[in-house]
Order: sequence, then structure tokens, then C-alpha cells
Amino acid sequence: MDISVNGSQRAVAAGQTVAGLLAELEMNPDVVNVQLNGEIVPRSRFGEVSLKDGDQVEILMFMGGGAR
Amino acid sequence: MFAFTEDEIVRYSRHILLPEVGGVGQQKLKEARVLIVGAGGLGSPAAFYLAAAGIGTIGIVDDDVVDLSNLQRQILHRTQDVGTPKVESARRALEDLNPGVKVVPYRFRLDAGNVMDLIREYDVIVDGVDNFATRYLLNDACVMAGKPLVDAGILRWDGLVMTIRPGEGPCYRCVFPEPPPPGAIPSCQEAGIIGAIAGIMGTIQALETVKLILGVGETLTGRLLVVDALEGRFRQVTARRDPGCPVCGENPTITQLVEYDLACDIRGNGAGDRTAAAGGAAN
Repeated sequence: MDISVNGSQRAVAAGQTVAGLLAELEMNPDVVNVQLNGEIVPRSRFGEVSLKDGDQVEILMFMGGGAR
Repeated sequence: MFAFTEDEIVRYSRHILLPEVGGVGQQKLKEARVLIVGAGGLGSPAAFYLAAAGIGTIGIVDDDVVDLSNLQRQILHRTQDVGTPKVESARRALEDLNPGVKVVPYRFRLDAGNVMDLIREYDVIVDGVDNFATRYLLNDACVMAGKPLVDAGILRWDGLVMTIRPGEGPCYRCVFPEPPPPGAIPSCQEAGIIGAIAGIMGTIQALETVKLILGVGETLTGRLLVVDALEGRFRQVTARRDPGCPVCGENPTITQLVEYDLACDIRGNGAGDRTAAAGGAAN
């Protein structure tokens, strides 16, 4: 099935979870914020939330820098 | 009609020509008070453009001194400023650029005890801090005080900016409800930062601040601008206000300021690839 990740199309296995997608992308789940179709997915639910065809996923990295 | 000198009329002439600014708008900028938290990578370009724009009073908070490793991106400071307090170096740079601007240095670290009194004195707050603890603290304080906050973060080749207008859109906690666990945050020095991304994001913060003061255009409220400088992409992500937000929601549970123990010097998962090891600060 096809989903959109940060605006780009991506094919993922049916039933893939948010945690599985992050693993595919080699992203550390602790340092990202995930929105699924505009709703924030709590970090504690990454492993149980499954993706559906056509889903729009936005992965935002925590960016704390600025001063030093 | 306006209290401008001839020199000021010439200095700000390219602003005054703009229908969205004009003499009325330039007067608003002159009367405005902007607080910049952090005289570093983001605070440098933000402060320069705000001073050049004729913001009447610019407060700058930073407890640090200039280090040689800052100069790759923190353009307020010069080589001969190494070892001097950043707020003093910043004041010198901004007054050189525009002597008509009043620069107020605050050489301390923002904390739960001083933040409210400080932000009350200002119209717009610009967030250029280097750690999540202060970022959440500043968000909460601005929501409680009803002050607009122009937030930005940078890391490696990436940047993110949003304008928080309490009551009119999401706050930082609506978008990032859970701070990253302390162990996940790479240290400031380990993460790295490309200099010019600080310039881009800090300059957007200055632009947002000017728009807020003038009351023109559309601010980045309810949408985040995410920049991937390595790929050369600007992306917009819509963000909604969370009715369950602990600080700006319908039944807030955070009614007093709290400070997280999320100092950026906590040793985390180290370097890793650029997607895996996000967070922390750009040092």
C-alpha cells in the first residue's frame, strides 16, 4: 500500500505500524513527533497504531538548538 | 505627524514605501519591545534584522560568554569578542548597526523564577534557546501571560519555525506534547549545525515578529515551516490546537511553571546518522 511520508509517496507493507515505519526509516522513535492524518500519535502508541493505504504521515524531529 | 528625524525617514524609507508598513507601521516598530531569548545561532540574525528594522527596544537574555566555536554561525559576535558576555557583544553589534535602538542585556539564564516578570515587559518573545527545558518553560510562560512567541529550532541541516499566538492557535505543547526522553538527546557538541540554517530560521523569526507588530499578513500560526537545507526543501505542516493540551487546553493541568531536567549536556545516543539522532541542541 502507498502512504505519504513528509509529503513524499512511499510503499509500505499492509498493516505496517508507526513503529515499523520509523524502523524502516532508521529513525529513533524517542526523538521524533509523529502526526497521522493531522493527529498526533502518542509515543506510547507507536507500536499499536497501524497505517492504512493513503495515510498521510508527518514525522517531525525535535530540534532544540538555537543559542549555544 | 510622526516622531521621526530626517535621518530616520531616510533609514527606514524602504520600509515606509511598503503599503503594509508606511509611517504608521514604522512608528509601531519604533514603539515595540521585543525580547530575544538566546544570543546565539537563531538570536543573532533575528536581532540584527529587528534592530535594522527599527524595533525600539530589544531585550536579549543569555548567560553565556562568546566561544571561538560559536563564530561559525553566531554572527552577532566577532573574533575579538571571544570570552566576553554574549549579551554585551550583542549590544555592541546592534548599537553599531542602529544607534536608535535601545538594547537591554539580561545576563542570566531564564528560569521559572524570572521568566514571567521578564516577558511581561515585552510585546513579542523570540525563542532562540539551546535546550528543551527552557523551550517548554518559555512556551508555558508565554501561554500563561498571553504573549506571542516566535519559536524556532535547528539541528544539523534542519530547521523548524512556528509562531505561537496564545488562544489563536496551537502552542508548542500542542505540537510536541511529550519532551524527548533525556537519554535520547545527543549532547550539544555532538549534533553539529550548518551555519546558514541558523541564518534562515532566525531571519524568518524576525519576519514573523515584524508581521506580528504590524498586524499584517499571515503568521506561521497553526502551521509549522520545516526546512531541510541539505535537500533544499521547505515544507509546511499543519498543526491544530489540542483541546486536551496541559497548558493551553480547556482544562489545563499545568497552571504553575515547571522546569524539566532536560539539560542539553546529557550524554545521549551519540552521533548516529542524521535522521536517527535528532533533538538536543545545536550548541
